[in-house]
Amino acid sequence: MNETFPWLSAAIWIPILFGAFLLWAGRDASAGVVRAVALVGSLIGLLATVPVVNGFDLQRAGLQFEEKAVWIGTLNANYHLGVDGLSIWFVPLTAFITVIAVLSGWKAISERVAQYYASFLVLSGLLIGVFSAVDGLLFYVFFEATLIPMYIIIGVWGGPNRVYAAIKFFLYTLLGSLLFLVALVYLYQGSSGSFDIFAWQRMPIGLTAQILLFLAFFAAFAVKVPMWPVHTWLPDAHVEAPTAGSVVLAAIMLKLGAYGFLRFSLPIAPDAAHHLAGFVIALSLIAVIYVGFVALVQTDMKKLVAYSSIAHMGFVTLGFFIFSQIGVEGAIAQMVSHGFVSGAMFLCIGVMYDRTHSRNIADYGGVVNTMPRFAALMMLFTMANCGLPATSGFVGEFMVILGAVQYDFWIGLAAATTLVLGAAYSLWMYKRVIFGAVANPTVGRLVDADGRELLALGLLAAAVLAMGIYPRPLTDAMHISVNQLLQQVNHSKLPAGL
Amino acid sequence: MSKFNLSAVLPEAVLLVAACLILVADLFVSERRRNLSYSMTLTALAAVALCCWNLLDGQVVQYAFGGMFVTDPMAQVLKLFACLATALGLVYAQNYARTRAMWHGELFSLALFTLLGVMVMISANNLLVIYLGLELQSLALYALVALQRDQPRAGEAAMKYFVLGALASGFLLYGMSMLYGATGSLDINEIAHRIAASQVANRPALVLATVFLVAGIGFKLGAAPFHMWVPDVYHGAPTPVTLLIASAPKIAAFAVAFRLLVEGLAPVSSDWHLMLLLLAMTSLAVGNLTAVAQSNLKRMLGYSTVGQMGFMLLAMQSGVAGGTTASAASAYSAAMFYMVTYALATLAAFGTMLLLSRQGFEAEEISDLAGLFRRQPWYAFVMAVAMFSLAGVPPTAGFYAKLVVLQALLADNSSLPVVWIAVIAVLFSLVGAYYYIRVVKVMYFDAPVDDHAFEAAPDMKIALTANGLAVLVLGVLPQYLLGLCASAMVRTLGG
Repeated sequence: MNETFPWLSAAIWIPILFGAFLLWAGRDASAGVVRAVALVGSLIGLLATVPVVNGFDLQRAGLQFEEKAVWIGTLNANYHLGVDGLSIWFVPLTAFITVIAVLSGWKAISERVAQYYASFLVLSGLLIGVFSAVDGLLFYVFFEATLIPMYIIIGVWGGPNRVYAAIKFFLYTLLGSLLFLVALVYLYQGSSGSFDIFAWQRMPIGLTAQILLFLAFFAAFAVKVPMWPVHTWLPDAHVEAPTAGSVVLAAIMLKLGAYGFLRFSLPIAPDAAHHLAGFVIALSLIAVIYVGFVALVQTDMKKLVAYSSIAHMGFVTLGFFIFSQIGVEGAIAQMVSHGFVSGAMFLCIGVMYDRTHSRNIADYGGVVNTMPRFAALMMLFTMANCGLPATSGFVGEFMVILGAVQYDFWIGLAAATTLVLGAAYSLWMYKRVIFGAVANPTVGRLVDADGRELLALGLLAAAVLAMGIYPRPLTDAMHISVNQLLQQVNHSKLPAGL
Repeated sequence: MSKFNLSAVLPEAVLLVAACLILVADLFVSERRRNLSYSMTLTALAAVALCCWNLLDGQVVQYAFGGMFVTDPMAQVLKLFACLATALGLVYAQNYARTRAMWHGELFSLALFTLLGVMVMISANNLLVIYLGLELQSLALYALVALQRDQPRAGEAAMKYFVLGALASGFLLYGMSMLYGATGSLDINEIAHRIAASQVANRPALVLATVFLVAGIGFKLGAAPFHMWVPDVYHGAPTPVTLLIASAPKIAAFAVAFRLLVEGLAPVSSDWHLMLLLLAMTSLAVGNLTAVAQSNLKRMLGYSTVGQMGFMLLAMQSGVAGGTTASAASAYSAAMFYMVTYALATLAAFGTMLLLSRQGFEAEEISDLAGLFRRQPWYAFVMAVAMFSLAGVPPTAGFYAKLVVLQALLADNSSLPVVWIAVIAVLFSLVGAYYYIRVVKVMYFDAPVDDHAFEAAPDMKIALTANGLAVLVLGVLPQYLLGLCASAMVRTLGG
């Protein structure tokens, strides 16, 4: 593939332009056309990411598909894009999940359809922007701008308590990112006026400054991941968001935080990262174990999956901070897998919710009798959610546990409890909702998933299985970049003489 | 320097002539043809803006009237935006003023005289000229606030504005008199020169003068603790007049602060730098925390202005710390950029309010905006862009304003106290974000309570659309305006 064509820009701006067009031209009266345009926009966006994956050179370290142009000359900020092994998978993942999100809202949304799809398309472009920006300011602008469409999505098309959830989501994440902004400006001044992330990574920084920077980054990314104890916005946001909103939130937006750790925290403040690794590992384990127990007692399916997301993301942060190749690669694999699995779980809940308008586990039972095909697919995703081998969930968790055991046996053991806990809350929910006799007349009247729903779920199922059975392409693409990252992290950046 | 130099004052001359002409011509215009005065006013504003634009090109510092009047690139940029703000203010005023018997010649001529005062303040290089401009601007504004004289609330606001404005002028004048006493000159350059050459024996008088000047400027900017008039006047004045008060005069106050403190009192900058820091932190706290409790949009914007001015003052005070011309230029251009983007976003916010107002309905409560997204998605979008810009969320112009201020703040010695000031400032802007996004929440998430269709003049719709898009486009591509402010400030300080 031709590397000179700006595929990354295309992947960012095509969905945004489609979104802007829908905002301008879309009317509720022509909802069908709006949906079709949105689907076409998201599909073209997905196609634009294909050359990025196809043309990605596994043997090359550093950025590929690089684009660089002066953006704000006065501030020395550049429109600088590129992907490496750390970010490559999130670009197609975002575009893919957007297609799923567009499909999932097909029937459920009938009011202000154009604005709804426009929000998702714009959000998709912004998210790809976050994953491919390598200029600090550009990253921040994309990172922050994603708040606005998600705020609107939750607040306008969400559930009964949507206003509270939307404002909480916005303010929580803004709090973290404002501190991140101060850190960015500090680095800008410290590097005598550069927003280049790689210049920041090379720059020597004293330990106190590194720790403060790390904490500022941590404020932004830990909220976004979210890590215990700043996770409380997530269950609210998930419960209130419309199905597609939950899908994008879980599948992509949570990854922004974890990705931020890889791009900023670890390479820019490596000494602080080593210094505070114990702290982060502790928080990650609390997320895995404690939040796992919390998930167990949920009565609302969306809340349960939301808490299970927090537990799974705990694995990701754990994998980063044991500083080993297998840990970091496992964590990234877990991020990608969680993108498919959590997205699929929320989609499954959405399919049932569209029919019954209830998310309560107690309102269901025996769904398998009326929706057999749906039940089979959901079975697969539930298995993936508890990390069954041959599903994508297994790959990341296994690698992280392996890395953790090498790092410290007890940490590995604690992390491995997720295999029990994850199975417990996932399977128990599945059993209560799907199996058994038909619990009530509403369940008795359920109609099995239609073609559109089966298509969305089927695509996700294929991804989950493909990644579980043959994960090698996934990790191969990361090797060189992760290796490089670990060299950076293990190389002290303290100024000489300190 | 002693020359008359008429070409340097061309914009002001054109404006003065036009204002007088319109004042007289309007007497002969019948009520039905009031639009004639309106178009004449807009034409005059366009002519003035064109003069400013011509002067800006490649300009260095020029003096006129024997050094009493200075035009430099900063002045031209600020004047351009003051013209734009006044013009937009009048365009947005149409609906409101027509239905409330305010659509008279007085509105136009007083607005033009306000702008003249603003422009004189921006270019004043002499203590008396600053005062002259200030009074011209203030008197015209007092009259504008009282334009609906049968409205008790407007009368009360005018009274408050007048009394507190007079008090502020008194502070400023008292400071000026002491400054004159201490230095023996009214000329700002001369004052700076004499202080720098340590020809000032009476240092306490100088410091006291600085205190009074800062207090006077604080009043005019609406910085806490001199902000008491802001919410009442914003609330009480007719909305178009609030818009005029909130935009151009703030730009002028910034210019006066720049002339007096940066150009005149630079040698004692260590004194006023701390005062400004104190004003900034108080404003951030008071403005943002109080705005949270407001249910009236005009009051909320009033308090939020206090907070915004706090942020701007942070940049002003940090110009001193660097010590080099480059860092000073970047700090003052940050403050200038902040003022300009603040004015743009405020204009869009008030414009939307004015669009929704009609006979007997002010559209000034936050709840009046409920469900605007369902009634008028486009104007809800414009308002949302304005709110996100004031909150400093990308991709809007307000984000870069906050960014350059933080950058100026952390510029020189990235010592820890400065970092903490920056952290406190952004935490207060988080509080700010809460009440700004609450407006978005009301517009987007709440059900409409008011189903009146509204009509607006096409030029108003176009202007409001352009205004909202400008805030958004500047949020994606801010280079032009940032570069304009930066180069203007570099040339101003370099000259």
